[in-house]
Amino acid sequence: MIFDFVPIWTLILGLAVFFYVLLDGFDLGVGILYNFASSTHARNLFMNSIAPVWDGNETWLVLGGLGLLAAFPLAFAIIIPAVYFPILVMLLALVFRGLAFEFRQRDREHRGFWDHGFGIGSTIATFAQGVVLGAFIQGFQVDGRHFTGGSLDCITPFSLFTGLALVFGYSLLGACWLILKMEDRLQTQARRHARLAFLGTLLAVGLVSLWTPLMDSDIAQRWFSWPNIAFLSSVPLLTAVLALLEWRAITDEKTQLKPFVYAVLLFSLSYLGIAISLWPMIVPHHYSLWQAASSPDTQIFLGVGTLFLLPVILIYTGWSYWVFRGKARGDIGYH
Amino acid sequence: MALDPLLLSRLQFAWVIAWHILLPALTIGLASYIALLEGVYFATGKEIWFRISRFWTRIFAIAFGMGVVSGVVMPFQFGTNWSRFSDATANIISPMLAYEGLTAFTLEAGFLGVLLFGRNLVPRWAHFFSAVMVAVGTLISTFWILVTNSWMQTPGGFRLEDGRFYPTSWMEIIFTASFPYRFMHSVAAFYVTTGFVVMGVAAYLLLRHKSVAEAKLMLSVTLWLMTALVPLQILLGDLHGLNTLQHQPAKLAAIEAHWNRETRAPLALFAIPDQKAETNHFAIEVPLTGSLILTHDVNGEVPGLKDFPRADRAPVAIPFFAFRIMVGVGLLMLVLVGAGTWLRFRRRLYDRPWFLRALMLASPLGFVAVIAGWTTTEVGRQPWSVYGVMRTAASVTPSLTGMDVLISLAGYIAAYCIMFPAGLWLVIRIVRAGVGTGAAPFGAGRPAQPVRPREGA
Ligand code: HDD
Ligand code: HEM
Ligand code: HEM
Repeated sequence: MIFDFVPIWTLILGLAVFFYVLLDGFDLGVGILYNFASSTHARNLFMNSIAPVWDGNETWLVLGGLGLLAAFPLAFAIIIPAVYFPILVMLLALVFRGLAFEFRQRDREHRGFWDHGFGIGSTIATFAQGVVLGAFIQGFQVDGRHFTGGSLDCITPFSLFTGLALVFGYSLLGACWLILKMEDRLQTQARRHARLAFLGTLLAVGLVSLWTPLMDSDIAQRWFSWPNIAFLSSVPLLTAVLALLEWRAITDEKTQLKPFVYAVLLFSLSYLGIAISLWPMIVPHHYSLWQAASSPDTQIFLGVGTLFLLPVILIYTGWSYWVFRGKARGDIGYH
Repeated sequence: MALDPLLLSRLQFAWVIAWHILLPALTIGLASYIALLEGVYFATGKEIWFRISRFWTRIFAIAFGMGVVSGVVMPFQFGTNWSRFSDATANIISPMLAYEGLTAFTLEAGFLGVLLFGRNLVPRWAHFFSAVMVAVGTLISTFWILVTNSWMQTPGGFRLEDGRFYPTSWMEIIFTASFPYRFMHSVAAFYVTTGFVVMGVAAYLLLRHKSVAEAKLMLSVTLWLMTALVPLQILLGDLHGLNTLQHQPAKLAAIEAHWNRETRAPLALFAIPDQKAETNHFAIEVPLTGSLILTHDVNGEVPGLKDFPRADRAPVAIPFFAFRIMVGVGLLMLVLVGAGTWLRFRRRLYDRPWFLRALMLASPLGFVAVIAGWTTTEVGRQPWSVYGVMRTAASVTPSLTGMDVLISLAGYIAAYCIMFPAGLWLVIRIVRAGVGTGAAPFGAGRPAQPVRPREGA
């Protein structure tokens, strides 16, 4: 082979999943906080702050899933069956949550039902994604090219805990989004929620960081062996610094954008941490990125188009965020 | 009886995709229709076009939301229930599906927000442009998903290695033998389906004397479109059938319930096919027409199911009946469009209650034909998931138990039994309320910030 496309695809897929986590992360997070919104007025504004963009955000989930199928089909064929039920639960929760955007406007008699569908649906979908993440880190029972375990193997104390961790994490993103999009009393409330979510996230990330190496000696080796520890220790150190900045930004009444930015950076560091732990495996303990890759022809055919299309997508997606910039409003729409 | 994960997975796939397809069938048509309305409004500035567009945009928003949530379910099905299919075919089909995501879903999603919520926020041309982009997105989506499906029907451009597919020619993969026919016949089907919904709604409004001016315009424009599209659709269906005869003879024999290869074959209008005894009961046949329709020649030779080993035959009765339902709907639509055109020339289009009532009843017909057509296509492909190469039985996820799939199927059934009736009910409510008055926002531009919505508004 003349050129190795696997690193490029690793990067593209890594970015796609990361975009998904950030974008749907904040709008699922708004959904989680929706459970605690104090009035119909607040719920309307919460909803309006994400209504024009949620579909685009969720599209990254589809792109991530299809990207995995396209670049590392063996991983797709092993991992997705292994997390059969978390995926099912996530999809069903996303159905109700997605419907709520239109249906709660139109179906006023059952507004309570759709409000709950939105709040609880967002929470369950997030939790299920966290379970998928935890199960992925733990690894699966594999024989040849198939998953051979049972469909409930993925439910473990660790994966349940990562589920909870993600609920805190997305709530943090959501709260920071609301700080940006709300005013006055609702903004103050968002700051309070952001503080709680932040503390929860920090605690959860810390616990997961300890739990993972204890559970998996390869991962412990990766982080604590010399000379790795010398430069890998920068990840937790940076995280600590950012955590401090984030706390100050959330509590400082004058800043609106900074909490969101720091939250995003915190997410990227956690993401990087997981990547360092697992590299270069895509099915932990069984298949590396190269072993699971699709045929070079496939990677090239899709890769060329993707490298051309991604910037275009980012441009018009950016434009649509720009159109809806500024504080959330009660008066937009076609209704 | 032991629960069979294969059978249940097939049922689950059929359940989720059959509901999903109903929504694209409407949104692909509506997106183009709304783009058309917005275009005329943009060009002429006449408010009536704006009102009609706003009305259909409300319905579009509901259908689109349902299309998205039922669509997100779809790609995951390949992983959860058809993992061996995914592992074997990913090299070929994954770029098609991924290109669908990259070129279509992102485009739709990116511009949908502006189309629905942005009328007062962007200049008029940008709003019109967004409507066009959403419509283009839905058509690109149709293109790629039908590329994928057509490759499964008439695979090409690949070689096999250890039971897995490797690409040899992307052109041959994208433009397989059945693709052009399937694409044209499906797009026309979606337009026709939407057209009958629009005419049905217009008829309802006319019968109720509600929004009369708008309803007349809707009916008139759409009837012209249908006068062209319905005959075209029947022609395309005929061509599609010729193509199937050539490339999927076993499927065609099942569609026609033909057991023996013969020339001067009859056409079965009705029959009860008997798979075991390899014959039809209670057949009502028209001599010679089978050969005439399928080969356009009374002496043409048509294949029979006995040409193929029993293990390679589709369950005959399902495609046989499904096909007849679809064709029946097509002919019924032709009659309705003919009647409408005749009334139009006699200037009686808007005041014949029997005709308006017939149009109202006909509004779901397109959906019936779409489901029937797809059932023909997909069940007729059995027992293959990639026709002639990979069996459905070899496609299913090996780790699944029957109970796993039973639970997930029950989950999807429960969710869709809430979603679809609720959606239908909301659409009916919008229709009942009528097109509505109210002028278009004067000019456009961003209201000054910050806009503080009134408390309790
Ligand atoms: C409004 C919808 C509609 C209407 C009125 C018709 N069809 Fe159709 N038909 C479809 C909607 C559809 C479809 C749902 O879109 C299918 C499923 C797959 C495809 O390519 O199109 C289809 C499939 C399909 C196939 C199966 C091809 C295959 O996969 O092997 C044939 C042979 C025909 N059609 C032929 C006809 C004929 C002769 C019609 C004339 C009366 C007709 N259709 C009316
Ligand atoms: C296995 C088959 C299918 C898969 C995997 C699939 C996948 C999807 C996905 C993921 C979405 C959501 C997109 C978003 O997030 O915006 C979607 C919506 C959509 N799908 Fe499907 N789909 C399938 C069948 C079809 C078919 C057969 C068609 C049309 C021919 C179609 C046309 C569309 C369109 C136009 C949308 C946009 C939403 C809408 O208009 O309702 N899909 N589909
Ligand atoms: C949207 C209209 C469609 C409908 C209503 C439909 C319907 C069905 C049905 C009824 C089955 C089960 C057949 C049986 O097992 O007897 C099936 C199977 C399947 N279809 Fe389709 N289908 C549609 C489009 C598609 C498309 C666009 C794709 C590919 C992208 C696709 C891929 C599959 C797969 C992978 C299976 C499972 C394996 C198999 O049974 O072959 N379908 N579909």
